[in-house]
Amino acid sequence: MGDVRGVSVPSPPGRRARLSAAVTSRLSSAAREELRRRLLGLIEGHRVVIFSKSYCPHSTRVKELFSSLGVECNILELDQVDDGVSVQEVLSELTNQRTVPNIFVNKVHVGGCDRTFQAHQSGLLQKLLQDDPAYDYDLIVIGGGSGGLSCAQEAAVLGRKVLVLDFVVPSPQGTSWGLGGTCVNVGCIPKKLMHQAALLGQALTDSRKFGWEYSQQVKHNWGTMTEAIQNHIGSLNWGYRLSLREKTVAYINSYGEFVEHHKIKATNGKGQETCYTAAKFVVATGERPRYLGIQGDKEYCITSDDLFSLPYCPGTTLVVGASYVALECAGFLAGLGLEVTVMVRSVLLRGFDQEMAERVGSYMEQQGVRFLRKFVPVVVQQLEKGSPGKLKVVAKSTEGPETIEGVYNTVLLAIGRDSCTKKMGLEKIGVKINEKSGKIPVNDVEQTNVPYVYAVGDVLEGKPELTPIAVQAGKLLARRLFGGRLEKCDYVNVPTVVFTPLEYGCCGYSEERAVEVYQKENLEVYHTLFWPLEWTVACRDNNTCYAKIICNKLDDDRVIGFHVLGPNAGEIIQGFAAAMKCGLTKQLLDDTIGIHPTCAEVFTTLQVTKASGLDITQKGC
Amino acid sequence: MHQAALLGGMMRDAPRYGWEMAQPALHSWRKMAEAVQNHVKSLNWGHRVQLQDRKVKYFNFKASFVNKHTVCGVLKGGKEILLSAEHIVIATGGRPRYPTHIEGAVEYGITSDDLFWLKESPGKTLVVGASYVALECAGFLTGLGLDATIMIRSIPLRAFDQQMASLVTEHMAVHGTRILKGCMPLRVEKLPDGQLQVTWVDLASDRRDMGTFDTVLWATGRVPETRSLNLEKAGVHTDPHTQKILVDAQDATSVPHIYAIGDVAEGRPELTPTAVMAGRLLAKRLCGRSSDLMDYDNVPTTVFTPLEYGCVGLSEEAAVALHGEEGVEVYHAYYKPLEFTVPERDASQCYIKMVCLRNPPQLVLGLHFLGPNAGEVTQGFALALKCGASYEQVMRTVGIHPTCAEEVSKLRISKRSGLDPTVTGCG
Repeated sequence: MGDVRGVSVPSPPGRRARLSAAVTSRLSSAAREELRRRLLGLIEGHRVVIFSKSYCPHSTRVKELFSSLGVECNILELDQVDDGVSVQEVLSELTNQRTVPNIFVNKVHVGGCDRTFQAHQSGLLQKLLQDDPAYDYDLIVIGGGSGGLSCAQEAAVLGRKVLVLDFVVPSPQGTSWGLGGTCVNVGCIPKKLMHQAALLGQALTDSRKFGWEYSQQVKHNWGTMTEAIQNHIGSLNWGYRLSLREKTVAYINSYGEFVEHHKIKATNGKGQETCYTAAKFVVATGERPRYLGIQGDKEYCITSDDLFSLPYCPGTTLVVGASYVALECAGFLAGLGLEVTVMVRSVLLRGFDQEMAERVGSYMEQQGVRFLRKFVPVVVQQLEKGSPGKLKVVAKSTEGPETIEGVYNTVLLAIGRDSCTKKMGLEKIGVKINEKSGKIPVNDVEQTNVPYVYAVGDVLEGKPELTPIAVQAGKLLARRLFGGRLEKCDYVNVPTVVFTPLEYGCCGYSEERAVEVYQKENLEVYHTLFWPLEWTVACRDNNTCYAKIICNKLDDDRVIGFHVLGPNAGEIIQGFAAAMKCGLTKQLLDDTIGIHPTCAEVFTTLQVTKASGLDITQKGC
Repeated sequence: MHQAALLGGMMRDAPRYGWEMAQPALHSWRKMAEAVQNHVKSLNWGHRVQLQDRKVKYFNFKASFVNKHTVCGVLKGGKEILLSAEHIVIATGGRPRYPTHIEGAVEYGITSDDLFWLKESPGKTLVVGASYVALECAGFLTGLGLDATIMIRSIPLRAFDQQMASLVTEHMAVHGTRILKGCMPLRVEKLPDGQLQVTWVDLASDRRDMGTFDTVLWATGRVPETRSLNLEKAGVHTDPHTQKILVDAQDATSVPHIYAIGDVAEGRPELTPTAVMAGRLLAKRLCGRSSDLMDYDNVPTTVFTPLEYGCVGLSEEAAVALHGEEGVEVYHAYYKPLEFTVPERDASQCYIKMVCLRNPPQLVLGLHFLGPNAGEVTQGFALALKCGASYEQVMRTVGIHPTCAEEVSKLRISKRSGLDPTVTGCG
């Protein structure tokens, strides 16, 4: 009895195709009957069987197709088994097909490579695959955020039976929220609305210059704002539930944890447990704010998880961290009239273009935000209880023995986020995670090392943590799994915006990264300061807003980095990002007519290169 | 002034965002006008300084041609100066047209040339016309709290996409501007109390009606400033109908060394940035530094009505005329800007449509965006069109969340499908 080798494509242990008896190519009729019986047994006993040759490119394509569909295959490499020639003979009797690959799905002979791809295109293949063992669901999505919901809904639209498990573990301060994930509840949406509230404060100041007259006393009421924002969020939560119901996606407000292959345990708020099985799983559990691990942090500090629904005005606030979350929160709190300090361990906006990051910071400083550079908190103590109370923060220098103390009403930690991948039984089914970051590595079709488990959103290793990316990735994943589509999520040239008091938008490379990749001498950087028309009459500073593009001289001056610091940066950069997708060059920028008067038009008239060292300041009145 | 009006809207939003204002704000035209005028004067000054810096000689006089190479300028005292040049560029632009056939129009009416320089509030205003100038002026006057009416003879924003144009006016009506469609003014009279009484006719019913206003603003179009130039002495031809100067692709007039750029040239879009670029390219060609011609295709523009309308490329009508109904696919969406949610602003007219060729890869022919910051949104997409963007490429661009512009990268519903194009939720 000889083992049949092969099985190079993902396949769980113990499910290897086995054939017995080394047979010579010249078969007796008894031996032939025996082999025929064994082949049929193989075909009947497995969902997908591929008869293949290890060097055959067509076979490889078919294997990749099934792999991209997340389907386990039993593969018999005819060139790697002793009786390969006989197998091929018997197969040709069985199927009238002599060539490899030769594919069977749920006992049905699909054919060769072309026929399989045709079946995939027409949806036949998916239909054949569907007749599956009795799992409760075709797909279980763990995590009801942007990525998870978009994947679940798309799968349901494609006719699949889908379950979403979503459970928010309360923050150490006791905050929790509804369906929709970080973006809707404690991220983009409330952040942008509070940013807008702060911008309106600025508008009130500007409006006097534009002739509006009102009594001097304008105060901000935190309660009115948060209530309005929370009401909006509540309506979004409700909208998501409605939309799931409309698309017949089952939704359970329970915590999901893998217990064995294809099986998950869902624990609800009352501790009741129920188990569900599914053919496929998507992990979309996202991230939660990180704590410092110092005395008093979990007891007294809040994070962005708590801030947006804080029932009282935070008062004098220390923001710890220099991530975009830190700077955005510090920015709008200052804009609402609060005294704000930001404690920064090293650099602002790590990973972003550092020139831009410093400009973001210096505008915030102008707006009254205080920065404490090169300090980290070591102890947080409560001096007084209250709403808000009083906290004493001791911090030490990162460069020496110096320590400082400060008293604040609120301490907001924004030092980073950790993936929610640790307590969900991934190890039980063998899904690999990055032990250090907790992130899940996936291939270019969002598949983990366990073929039927996928991941989307912020839990992914090395992918941008952005809502629209998660939405896109989730939707495309569902279409590949259940819709016969092949399109992959495109993570190149993803635009993003930091909603600091002066917004910063970028797409493509930072200047540092561009220099690393392309070398300084191969790049040309064009830049200018600009003065938005709306700022002129309002007498706001004329040398603050800044535009910069990085061009690759070796490639037709193609724009590989695009940066704008100014009002409405988010609205500005979207179209340019689309243009970068289409191969934007400096020449095309020069040839395009500006829209007058806007900020965005500045990119059509960039003339000064950084290398020239020429003056870029704008002359005011 | 549009910005001043927008700020008014923001001040109405502010209390919903927690800003406690003791009483509603009132607007002082005088203060705004002074600030705006000061800025404009500083720009005038800046231009003069720039000319000086670059050693361009500047004369403040009205010029006219004497012959093909000579112009004559008349100084304030009446003294004449003759100047001759190898090349002459005409860039005299246009001025608002007065409907001289309407009784009282010239005596009692004003134009946009005057509006921005008024020291006192125009008060209750009738704006006559349907150009973008008319809509913009009526829009910001309404936004500043004034009673504004706009009288349109036939259709608003001719040559723009008409679905967008009607959404623009629909929003203005909701926003408080009174709109009289299909009406034409017949005469303007001054009443003893100083108010202006306007009589008009409703063209459909032929019924006459009257109303009183403090100001009547004519915005019925602009006439090129060519009549006093003595163009015939130089042999420069104009279009007999529009009075604009006929030019070729090189911006040359019928006299090869005389050029015309900007609003005065026939067939050019009346837009500042096109004039600027045309001027710059012309100068480079004259100096032999390049042979680049101005590309007038896909010129983006924005109408700064209360809800801004930005567009680039073809209107839906133009695309259908070129490629046929069957050759065009239009993707569209009604969306709600996030900032509108908290103050419960009505977003019924926030709308985007992308006009594409129907056959893959569905080249984008035109983009139309109605919503806040339309100018900022449209500029980048103008570049994308310049790069030959396809529908698929725009869809593959990751959105920036949460912005209005991201809705462009999420346009999934085609008009042909008949599905509801209203965006719900974030997904």
